[in-house]
Amino acid sequence: MIDSLDQIFVSLKHWLVGLTPEAWQPLVSILVSIVPIMALFGTCFAATTIFERKILGRAQNRLGPNRVRAFGVKTFGLLQPIADGIKMLTKEDIVPFAADKVVHFLAPVVLTTPAWMLFSVIPLGRNMAAIDLDAGILFFFAVGSASELAVFMAGWSSKNKYSLVGSMRAIAQMISYEVPLVLSTIPVLMLAGTLSPSQVVEAQGVGTGFFAHWFVFTPWGLSGFVVFLIAATAESNRSPFDLPEAESEIIAGFLTEYSGFKYALFFLGEYIGLFAVAGMAVTLFLGGWQAPCKALEFIPSYLWFFGKFAVLIVFFIWVRATLPRLRLDQLLALAWRFLVPLALINLVVAALWHFMGSWQFIAAMPVRWGICAMLVVLPFVWFARLLNGGKVAPRKYRYAE
Amino acid sequence: MLGLGIIKGLVETGRNFVGSYFKPERLVTIQYPEKHLPPVEAARTIPFLVYDGKDSMKGLRCTACTICETECPPKCIYIVKDTVKKPDYLGKMQNQPKVFDIDISVCMGCGICVEVCPFESIKMDQVFELSGSDRFGAMLLHKAQLVKSNDYFGEICHEQATQINAARADDVRKAEAKAKADADAKAKAAAVAVSNAAAGVAAVAASSMTATPGTTQPDSKPAPKAASTSTPLPAPSKPTVPSATP
Repeated sequence: MIDSLDQIFVSLKHWLVGLTPEAWQPLVSILVSIVPIMALFGTCFAATTIFERKILGRAQNRLGPNRVRAFGVKTFGLLQPIADGIKMLTKEDIVPFAADKVVHFLAPVVLTTPAWMLFSVIPLGRNMAAIDLDAGILFFFAVGSASELAVFMAGWSSKNKYSLVGSMRAIAQMISYEVPLVLSTIPVLMLAGTLSPSQVVEAQGVGTGFFAHWFVFTPWGLSGFVVFLIAATAESNRSPFDLPEAESEIIAGFLTEYSGFKYALFFLGEYIGLFAVAGMAVTLFLGGWQAPCKALEFIPSYLWFFGKFAVLIVFFIWVRATLPRLRLDQLLALAWRFLVPLALINLVVAALWHFMGSWQFIAAMPVRWGICAMLVVLPFVWFARLLNGGKVAPRKYRYAE
Repeated sequence: MLGLGIIKGLVETGRNFVGSYFKPERLVTIQYPEKHLPPVEAARTIPFLVYDGKDSMKGLRCTACTICETECPPKCIYIVKDTVKKPDYLGKMQNQPKVFDIDISVCMGCGICVEVCPFESIKMDQVFELSGSDRFGAMLLHKAQLVKSNDYFGEICHEQATQINAARADDVRKAEAKAKADADAKAKAAAVAVSNAAAGVAAVAASSMTATPGTTQPDSKPAPKAASTSTPLPAPSKPTVPSATP
């Protein structure tokens, strides 16, 4: 019973595919995988836009959007995405006279398509990865880096100084943060011994013990998770790393010359990229669709995945509501002088953790934990101080006179 | 340590998030079209014409002197004088406007018309929901749309209206006293004339001389002068002379 509920979508897909003639089955199988993913994450996108604005509003002691009505019925703003969508679709699509029109047109497509492709390798539940690639994580990062190209296409083709500045910031930021993002996943791959997302999730299962072995519950996993989250925020151009779109500085960055549906596509692509990277964070560190302990395994695996996914999204929104934007040099210093060294040290910590796992003496476990935790915390404190110019005292501000 | 400030900030926004659901007083925004903030006395938008009493046309204070029309910097006021006169609050016959238009799409809300008006008849309003679907007709307000009662003025600018009302009541009292004094003087003169009827031409001439100042010299000093001096109106902004050197 529990198993059938857990596998309900998988069985449904097999049944649907089985209805069609043999020759069509590969195509139908692909379609049946793609359509639910696009519908689901499309809905997630719509829901996130409204809930993000609601949460941001509440975090600033405002109400947020609450006025959309449907046929005279109050909806408390829940239909805001529909209103926004209609607005976006009916707006004039302006292409600058001097723009490179083909590239200008292609940029939103190039951003959105790879963003959707990222979901193909993320296991949304037990046996619920659209494609179970052996090198799925490699595929994820390879395809994910295509968004940089799209951003630069948008900035270059617009023939606008703000667009160009925005896209150059974006390139600097995204390439810098790609390094810690990938470096922070390597320990996971090392200890799981695979590049397949499904097997990474399997490795974090409850197994024979009582609690699940999520990687975030280890010193190297926690460190990697934090680095991954920071890098993921920067990769998806979200506050506090929203320099490419900094409204107060460069209008809308590479989006300046986009309007109407192309703008909506960019918006969609960014959120889809955020969802994908949040899904990958869940897969790599938070145990994917695994329940945290044996007693909770009766809850279907896809609900576990989406619960963790929703928590991460809310956390991203919460961070956006809290932190101000970084300066460009601070941003790059954070990547190269803080996150990259931490991620590199984390490789050593993960290796130590792995080899200390075979120790057999009495206090092996606490010693293993102590050494690894120290190797995580001390570099963190040390590099944080270096980041602040080696000073421990609070920074003193001097103002122009 | 790096990150503590971030955690403090997250706690603060988290507290705001939860608190705004449980303590409505935390919310700083007003749900505008349904609710309004209490009006501010110093607020000003467009001018309106003040009238006394019930009838807006009979009680209109405006005398069509066109000072405001002349002084208006963007020239948004248009006045045509009526041929028929009407009595003002002191009973004196005054001109009245036949047409009084203000183009509120041109008006810049400076309040100079209010500064220059000697009759306290034009004041700044506080209405701000003035949008219309017509760019030209709906933005041109006519006399009938511009008139508002003195009671309304008392509501939006209580202190100023009280002072003006007191000054005008004072004027009325003075005028009445003057009229009464004149009447007394006239009556006395008449009585003297009657009693001195037989006393000869010289005496009559003398009595008529005492009566003459009373009739030919009514208190013609414009009543609102007193009010405008006692009213704390905002001083007209002096144009600053731009210095040649930056």
